[in-house]
This record gives sequence, C-alpha cells and structure tokens, in this order.
Amino acid sequence: MPADLESLASTAVTCRGVGAARGGVDVLHDVDLTVATGAWVSLVGPNGSGKTTLLHVLAGLVPSTGHVRVASVTPGRGGRRATARAVALMPQRPVVPEGVTVEELVRLGRTPHIARFGSETGHDRAVVDRVIERLELEPFTRRFATDLSGGELQRVVLARALAQEPQVLLLDEPTSALDIGHQQQVLELVDSMRTEGELTVIAAMHDLTSAAQYGDRLVLLDRGRVVADGPPAEVLTVDRIGQVYGARVEVLDRPAGRAVLPLRDPWKDA
Amino acid sequence: MITTPRRRALVLGGAAVVLLAAMLVSILVGPAGLTPQAVLLDIADRLPFVDVDSGLSTRQQAILWNIRMPRVVLGVLVGAMLAVAGAAYQGVFRNPLADPYLLGVSSGAGLGATLAIVVGGAAGFAGVPVAAFAGGLLAVGATYALGRSVGGVRSEVVIILAGVAVAAFANAIQTFFMQLHDDTLRQVYSWMLGRLSTDGWSDVVVVLPYVVVAVAVIALHRRTLDVMAVGDVEAASLGIHPARVRLLLVCVATLGTAAVVSASGLIGFVGIVVPHAVRLLVGPGHRMLLPLSLMVGATFLVLADVLARSVMSPSELPIGVVTAAIGAPFFLVVLRRSRGA
Repeated sequence: MPADLESLASTAVTCRGVGAARGGVDVLHDVDLTVATGAWVSLVGPNGSGKTTLLHVLAGLVPSTGHVRVASVTPGRGGRRATARAVALMPQRPVVPEGVTVEELVRLGRTPHIARFGSETGHDRAVVDRVIERLELEPFTRRFATDLSGGELQRVVLARALAQEPQVLLLDEPTSALDIGHQQQVLELVDSMRTEGELTVIAAMHDLTSAAQYGDRLVLLDRGRVVADGPPAEVLTVDRIGQVYGARVEVLDRPAGRAVLPLRDPWKDA
Repeated sequence: MITTPRRRALVLGGAAVVLLAAMLVSILVGPAGLTPQAVLLDIADRLPFVDVDSGLSTRQQAILWNIRMPRVVLGVLVGAMLAVAGAAYQGVFRNPLADPYLLGVSSGAGLGATLAIVVGGAAGFAGVPVAAFAGGLLAVGATYALGRSVGGVRSEVVIILAGVAVAAFANAIQTFFMQLHDDTLRQVYSWMLGRLSTDGWSDVVVVLPYVVVAVAVIALHRRTLDVMAVGDVEAASLGIHPARVRLLLVCVATLGTAAVVSASGLIGFVGIVVPHAVRLLVGPGHRMLLPLSLMVGATFLVLADVLARSVMSPSELPIGVVTAAIGAPFFLVVLRRSRGA
C-alpha cells in the first residue's frame, strides 16, 4: 500500500483518542490530531484548556491514554532518549540553574545523543556551535544564564531545544517574555528553521494574531477538548472567541492573516 | 567556569599534591619521632623491586604502618565519601541545604549506635558500627517509602520533608533511651561527635568497598547530574529519568555514607560545606565538582584529624568539633570572596 506508506512518512504527529490526567484530574479528553511533516500548528485556547498538557503528552512527559505517535516514536513508551532525539520542548518558564553559562546550558541539548556515561564528540560540539551561531548567541556564550534578560534566555532555551536536532519542535508560549520586536525575531527564526530543515512546529500561543500569522493551521482547545481545527480564518471567529474565551473582540483580515483585536465593554462609560 | 583542559588538569593535579602533603603531615604529627625522609623511604621500601633502609626501628615501623597510616587512609575515605555524597545529594535534590545526612542516615545511625550501647553495655560498643550502619539504611529506607506513599507533583520536596519527620522520630527515641540510661550518655556523645579509630586496618577494609562503589557510580553520573540542574520536567525532555537517577544516586550515596558513619561516627559539616566551597571556586559542572570535592573533602578531614589529635595532646578532641569549628569560618571566607569577586 504505497499510498499509506507515503502518508505515514509525511505525518509527524498522530494522536487518536488521547486523554491525560494531572493530579487525578482529567485535563485532556479524546484529542484527535494529525500534523503533517514540516507544518506549523498553533495551539490556542484559554488558560487551563490543556495546551501545555498536550505538549507534555507529545514530549512523553505525562502519561496518556489513547494512541500517540510522534516522528516514529511512541512518547513515554519508546524510551526517553529516543523520544528526546525526535521531540524537543521549549518550556514556558525554563529553570535557570545558578553558575551555568549559556554555552553549558545549550550543550545540555545534546544529552540524548551522547552515550549514557560517555562524553561529547566533535560532532556534538559542531552542532552546538552551529545553533549558537544561528541564534546569534556568540556574545553571550560565557555569560551566566542567570544574568540574561527574559528575551535572551528564551533564545538560549530555544537553542538548547534545537541542539537536540529534533524532528518535531514543541513551543510552550515561546514569546511570553518578549517584547513585540523580539517576538517577531524568535518566531521568524523558528519559521525559517522549519522551512530549511523539515522541522515540524507545534506551538501553544496566547497571542491569537501571531498564532494566525505563523500557523498554517490553528487547533483550539477548550476544557481539554479540541473544539475547532482548521485554517486561522475558520477558527478565529468573533462568536467562537466570545464563547471559548469569554472575550469581546473584533477580527480584521489583513494581508498577513487574520488579526484579533480586543474591544472594550461599550456600557462601561455610560 | 574553568574551561580549558590544561587548567582543569592543573587544578586537579594541585589538589592531589595538597592532599598527599596533608597525608604526610598527618603521618608525621605525634610523639613517635618520625621524620619525613624516613617515612618516605619506608614507604618506598614497601614498593616492589625497591629495597632501601629507612632507619626506622621496628616499633616506629609498627606505629607508621599499623596506627598512623590506617588512620590517615580512613580519614581520606571518610572525607572523600562525605564530600562526594554531599555533592550528589545537592545535585539530585537541587537543594543547597542538602547534605548526606538529609534523609535521616545520621539520625538512624545515631539511634542504632545508642541502642547497641544501651542494650549491649560494654560489649555493645563493639556492635556500634553494625548497628549504626543498619540504623542509617533503615531510616533512609523509611524516608523513601514514606515519601513515595505520599507522592505528589514535587516528589523531591515530599521526600525531604519525610526525611525531617523520620529524623525527628529517630532522635526522639534516641533521647528517650539516653535519658533512661544516663550512664551511657558520655559514650553515645563521644561516638556522635566523631572520631577516627586507630586499631589497624580493619575499619579501612570494611569501608573501602562501599566508598569505591558509591564514588564510582556517582562519578559515572557526572553529566546526568548536570542535566538534573534544569529541573525534572526539562531533564526528562532531554532524555533522562530524573526519579530513577535520584533513587539510584541516593541509594549509593547513602550506602557509602552509612559505611563511613559506622566507622567514624557523625562527622558533620564536610558533606555540606566542601561541595559548596568547591562550587564557588570552579562552578557547578560535576566533571570538576566531583573529583575536586573528593580531594578537598579528604584533605579537610585529614587536617582536621591532625588538629583533633594535637591541640589537647595527649587527649583527643572529637573530630566533628574540629570540622565545624574550622569549617564554618573557612566557608564564610570563601563565600565572601566569591561574592565580592
């Protein structure tokens, strides 16, 4: 069945009937998701809708029910090292250990490629150097990670994830600490890495406008369920945003994509 | 921080030379009238294919080989083990206050030793090492089981809190027995404050395998310990099993610690202060932190023993008193310098 094989090869992520619990509470229900290789899917949804948990399921960090497959491994069951070579996660609030330099932090990304009790090879160092150069981190390599600004740190953690040379990159609110300029820089950078290197990106994002600008496809989560899945213009409607977020917005269609603007309550001033 | 291989080798080599010098000083200090030259010649004489006359009398040789030497080697083992175990504990728990006694090994050992002395009387003192070893392992086992049964998201915090509870419980029982048999108070206290024994090589032989295995397993995990610094979630996303690593390293560090505690009593301060001082000097990377902690811990304990033997000679101070009295101010100096730099 060549058609089936072909579709398998071009699929980066498959979830069927996926559920997950945290602290005894079910936070994901019956999630179906298929992501093509090389796509950018933006996960959107209100606080607590299950975006982070879904990313953690894909990275094999929380146990789940149902069928999950990410770049030919089954996260959680396929072995931590194999999973970490296939999937990298850029966490929302990275832990910054004291006394560790930027270069040392980025090098940790090579962990799944280095034999358990072995040491780095020349290839590992070359990958780290390339990522550092690509993210323009050379001026920071010797600095302590604790001394960085929020934006610099976010780039360092992204560099660590890219040093894992993953097929699927999971971003959890990648730009939450960044001003509008750095937001654009980081997202553009990830996007160019995606088009260059067959990278598949799944990004949980709060900012609906950038979610729509960078994602070919939006997946909207609400209370642990997928309530909408499709092109940004289909998912981001005034009614649906009102329903799911309890927000009053207007949407504008711009050449770069759909933009979502918050509105103030008109009765407030009366 | 120290990045070039040359500087790394220089620092480690320097630390090794300081350790050997401290060992030599410790062998020489005392009333037997040994000279450095004679000691070195006598050591050389023991090497294969070397035959030199050191000029030491039979009695001096007996003191050198059966009293001074085993004591110095025991000091090296105890200091190295406590410092390396402390570094491992601080690494897996990401907690600067962690030391090898964190999960109750000291309280359990203290309770075991007290029971041996109270129940066995004079004969019980011989059973103290075994009782202390068993008590220490039991206490940490109880801590882990309790922590596991509670579980939760921040499991490492739960385990530390379980350790506090187990330690308080063991201390309470120990105090109860000490009050009941106040004639044993002196013996129990002298054991708890720590001492390096002088009865030949038997302690060294018992402790050595535990220390070798524990240090080797911890050293193999040097890179994994670096990864643990970014927290359980991120460490797991980088391909390791934080909970498994923590359990394994706590097991071997506890085993090694219980072994040295059973031989030398509760020597405080080395396990917590040495890794911190070393970290302030060379940074948190375990590739340097572990070997350097090993050598600094050993040096520190050997020199503390020299002071313990000589300050109030011919009577001995408990070595735990010396490690705390010297260690605390030394640590504050290191702390001030590193923050000021």
